[in-house]
Amino acid sequence: MTSLSPSDLLGLFSHFLVLSLLAVGGAITTAPDMHRYLVIDQHWITDAQFTASVALAQAAPGPNVLFVAVLGWNVAGPVGAAATLLGIMLPSTTLALWAARWGAKRRDTLAVRAFTAGLAPLTIGLLLATGWVLTDPARGHWELLALVALTVAVMLRSAASPIWMVAVGMLAGALGWV
Amino acid sequence: MGTRPEDRDRKPSPAALPAPVGRSAPRSPLELYLVFNRLALQGFGGVLAVAQIELVERTGWLTRAEFVEALSVAQVLPGPNVCNLALMTGDRFFGWRGAVTALAGMMLVPLLIVLVLAAAYGHWAHLPAVSGALRGMGAVAAGLVIATALKLARALKANPLGLPLCLAFGSSTFVAIALARLPLVWVVCALGSVAITAAWSKLR
Repeated sequence: MTSLSPSDLLGLFSHFLVLSLLAVGGAITTAPDMHRYLVIDQHWITDAQFTASVALAQAAPGPNVLFVAVLGWNVAGPVGAAATLLGIMLPSTTLALWAARWGAKRRDTLAVRAFTAGLAPLTIGLLLATGWVLTDPARGHWELLALVALTVAVMLRSAASPIWMVAVGMLAGALGWV
Repeated sequence: MGTRPEDRDRKPSPAALPAPVGRSAPRSPLELYLVFNRLALQGFGGVLAVAQIELVERTGWLTRAEFVEALSVAQVLPGPNVCNLALMTGDRFFGWRGAVTALAGMMLVPLLIVLVLAAAYGHWAHLPAVSGALRGMGAVAAGLVIATALKLARALKANPLGLPLCLAFGSSTFVAIALARLPLVWVVCALGSVAITAAWSKLR
């Protein structure tokens, strides 16, 4: 955790403000860009810290978007968490309230349908990119890659709650198996 | 998306969903807050499945069809899907006050929990068991995201773009973001406008 200058904090806040409006398909689809900004460009947190932040938020109850607050916490403590979470939430919540009322009345129009259909494949591509970035620390460690593959297989083939796989991962890691 | 034209005429309400008539509804914003708080606290690894159980099956505040409609709107809009869903559900019952209440119910307590965990993790990260546990959970988190992407990809079969174009747009997005590491703003603006235009011409 570092202490950021006010201008760095403002930069952090505004970066997440922009990402908020791009997060079609959920905040997790913007994770690769957060990684590029926080880890590669600014060097505010490490690769391992980034993945740990996402894992911690996934393991905790509540909306997955809270990983954004953990990222901010690791960059600059409580002020950082406030900057990233408010940044990612404010534009999208304002837009969601306004657009849901507007779009509900026009959802059969060509413009709304073209928007939905056009962005759908991008959303899938972004989700896969997020999965790819999150496997960064696992590359070169076959046990971790096996755990990633096991998780994918279990989630695709059963209706089990994700919490069981999270528990398996936690146990395997704590016992030093992965 | 498959609604008949006459369905549109039955929507006098300005809210995202028609106002409920003679069905169960939260009695107060406090009840709204408590239900959203409870569903969030049950949601390990994602809230969506629990939201469906609480809002449709247990409280009956939304029918299954209303839930699906709200979710599809929530998914198209930027921002966390479940947060958009909370906003729309709250808005439906108590206007913007309800929207704020539902969102707060879903986020406040989980935020406190996750920040306490983050602070605790900072203290104990040097213990091999703690860092190992999180490394294992990180691999699982990656697997969960990949599995979600693969499940949702099945829905592309019904996309008006057609499967080949969908695969082209999806894989270009993956390459641009995951491998080339281009900024998301450019990728979404450039590829997105091409994809929306393509969808437009197919639908017309």
